[in-house]
Amino acid sequence: MREGMSSTIAELERRIGEIWKTGERLGLRPLPVHFEVVPATVMYEIGAYGLPGRFSHWTHGKAYQVQKTLYDYGLSKIYELVINSDPCYAFLLETNTLLQNTLVAAHVMAHADFFANNAYFAATQRDMVDIASLHAERIERYEFTHGREEVERLLDAALSIQEHVDPTVSQASVRRGGEPRRRPSTPYDDLWRLDERSRAQETEGEEERPATRPDEPVRDLLLFIHDHSPILQDWERDVVAIVRTEMLYFLPQIKTKVLNEGWATLWHARLMRALDLPSEEYVEFARLHASVLQPAGRRLNPYALGYELLCDIERRYGTEHLFLVREVESDVSLVRNYLTEELVERLDLYLYERRGDELVVVDKNWEAVRHRLANELGGNHIPVIVVEDGDYRGNRELYLRHVWDGRKLDLPWAEKTLEHVYRLWGRRVWLETRADDGANPLILSYHPREGHRQQR
Amino acid sequence: MFTVAIRRDDWSLHRKGAIDQARHMEKVKEAIKRNLADIVSEQSIITADGKRLIRVPIRVLEEYRFRFDPEAGRQVGQGSGGTNVGDVIGRVGSSRGPGVGPQAGEEPGVDYYEAELTVDELGELIFEDLELPNLEEKRLRELESEAVRFTDIRKHGPFANLDKRRTLRENLRRNAWRGRARIGDFTNEDLRFKTWERDIKRESNAVVIAMMDVSGSMGTFEKYISRAFYYWMVRFLRTKYDRLEIRFIAHHAEAKEVTEEEFFTRGESGGTRASTAYELALRLIQEQYPPDAWNIYPFHFSDGDNWPSDNERCRELAEELLRWVNLFGYGEIRQGRYTYHSTLMQTLQRIGNAKLVTVTISEKADVYQALRRFLGPEVGREKAHA
Repeated sequence: MREGMSSTIAELERRIGEIWKTGERLGLRPLPVHFEVVPATVMYEIGAYGLPGRFSHWTHGKAYQVQKTLYDYGLSKIYELVINSDPCYAFLLETNTLLQNTLVAAHVMAHADFFANNAYFAATQRDMVDIASLHAERIERYEFTHGREEVERLLDAALSIQEHVDPTVSQASVRRGGEPRRRPSTPYDDLWRLDERSRAQETEGEEERPATRPDEPVRDLLLFIHDHSPILQDWERDVVAIVRTEMLYFLPQIKTKVLNEGWATLWHARLMRALDLPSEEYVEFARLHASVLQPAGRRLNPYALGYELLCDIERRYGTEHLFLVREVESDVSLVRNYLTEELVERLDLYLYERRGDELVVVDKNWEAVRHRLANELGGNHIPVIVVEDGDYRGNRELYLRHVWDGRKLDLPWAEKTLEHVYRLWGRRVWLETRADDGANPLILSYHPREGHRQQR
Repeated sequence: MFTVAIRRDDWSLHRKGAIDQARHMEKVKEAIKRNLADIVSEQSIITADGKRLIRVPIRVLEEYRFRFDPEAGRQVGQGSGGTNVGDVIGRVGSSRGPGVGPQAGEEPGVDYYEAELTVDELGELIFEDLELPNLEEKRLRELESEAVRFTDIRKHGPFANLDKRRTLRENLRRNAWRGRARIGDFTNEDLRFKTWERDIKRESNAVVIAMMDVSGSMGTFEKYISRAFYYWMVRFLRTKYDRLEIRFIAHHAEAKEVTEEEFFTRGESGGTRASTAYELALRLIQEQYPPDAWNIYPFHFSDGDNWPSDNERCRELAEELLRWVNLFGYGEIRQGRYTYHSTLMQTLQRIGNAKLVTVTISEKADVYQALRRFLGPEVGREKAHA
């Protein structure tokens, strides 16, 4: 048994070697990859957390339970799991057949190439596995010091707005945030320091963070709260920073889901065909590849969409251009630039809406589909919320604005989320959005004493 | 560059899945508790018996965030070829269970999560902060069968309980340690004492006298409500008493004792005289359940349409009942009608005895409130202390 396993591993290793050689010859430049063969439990656990060793929270437990249930009932099988780090960690399921794992390895090589070369990944922290473990340790310590419930409530709040981060804010400005700017030092500094000391005594007891009204609306809610919240203590700010750091790490993957999966699917097909597979394994491969591209109910299959788009691009513009696309595009730009009428037809894409209890196909116009798709993909399913004022009404209240793009907010959810924001800000929180299909402004606000309010 | 290994790192060191899953389940239970009002009157539960597993549908624990209204607007879908405008591709609510696939949970409609609990577990949740009101000392009959059992050995104790054999052995052992295996030179360290526990057997009895109006005006809904109520009430009392008896009294213009089966299914026509039921209850207590040995819990459900001329008699009998019982509950079931108090309710409320608790039930979810009213911590407190 043991021997059978290790001989399979040896064969797998040989095949991966061939895949790597072919891939590199054809132009892939992946990060180094470390493969591990693991049991399903490890696989779905890491799948649920997104990263191994990530901090503890019930939402992860919920994801874990879903994964476990699906697995236990044979409803889903995670074939591949690869983590964007240096080296990349890729997990192979020990119960997979040799062929399945070969295909996964080919798929993984393309992901590792994508992580290394796509522009949106240029700034990701490749040591995030270690960082996440350190984060988990710190959060565990806070749980010990401040109580589990307290930390959980804080995490609930920070996670509720975790999608609202802005990767274009540079690390430097994050560090500067809140700290007073330093003057260059001079020999007479001690004179000024006397003055400072007396001023420090005067302001003792007052909150140290100055009230803030940003010059321009700020998209990074977590950062703004981290820097300017009137109530958060240092450890709480750290938790907010942790959530933000991890979200920034995941963000490129959200922005490039279709492109990344399409790229990996295109390459696993290419690399597998280049292997000299025995014919029965080739049939197994063909079946597996087809199942990856199968439509899943009425849901859009990102693998299929990305794969068809990239194949089409290569046909029309050549392989060199394909590599350019992998470097510079995101899901939104990919769809906007390259989705054609024929592709919409071939993939049988349509728009549907709810009518009574039924879901009805209402439009097959390819441009309408493309427009709608660009609004759903690459993080565009997240409403843009900006901070307008951190000192609203001169009372350090937080004024947020939903940047209206014609899509209506889920108001009950928005109210629940405002409660979370209040936990982080500690003063009344406001949210400006629009009602009646955008015709009129609608302003929500929340304070626990007075509850929720809506004004038009 | 690549490397391959079989489980090189011990990823299980990082594993938190089971712990976080447990925390999630805890939160699910909290959510169930918040929905108990709806759950206690579920048909599938009150007809279930014993340890059977029941499935409690609860909404998934939402992770609130800013999102677009999922009900509004159009969404992109993918068919397997040849889809036309106007095709119906699905129905709302047809996708149950946790979402599958890349866009999990982005579906319109409501995601339900089914928690599995036994009826007993559900009972625990419901009864958690309920207690028995008016437990007067005399009510808990302690049959102290003073059996003494020696259960443990200690180093301190009264000399009467000295365990001589063990003490000798300890002494011998201690001397042997010092190289002279003999008995002598006793010190306090050698002493061993027996300790004991007193076995106290408590035996307590309770009887529920279930009374219900079965006159023509009591429909299916009213019977269902009283059934749900008695189901949980009996389960609760069983957790408190060793022996629990239930007697069923059905009444319209006349009262008679019936079987459980008849109690919940039979309908009679005609007018209502609640006093006949109270009379029969009093007779049962006098003949079979002496109050110094029994905890007595009469409950009466009616729609309140009592003959006006009977109300005064009801009041007298209820006052008499209250002298003997721990708690007298009166529930008035008025579905969909505006909830004014009937004359029977008004009559009983005039009594002003803390042991008498009245509730009005107008929908299924009120059953839970009724249970809490009858068994809530504050019920009958003032009186009990007086």
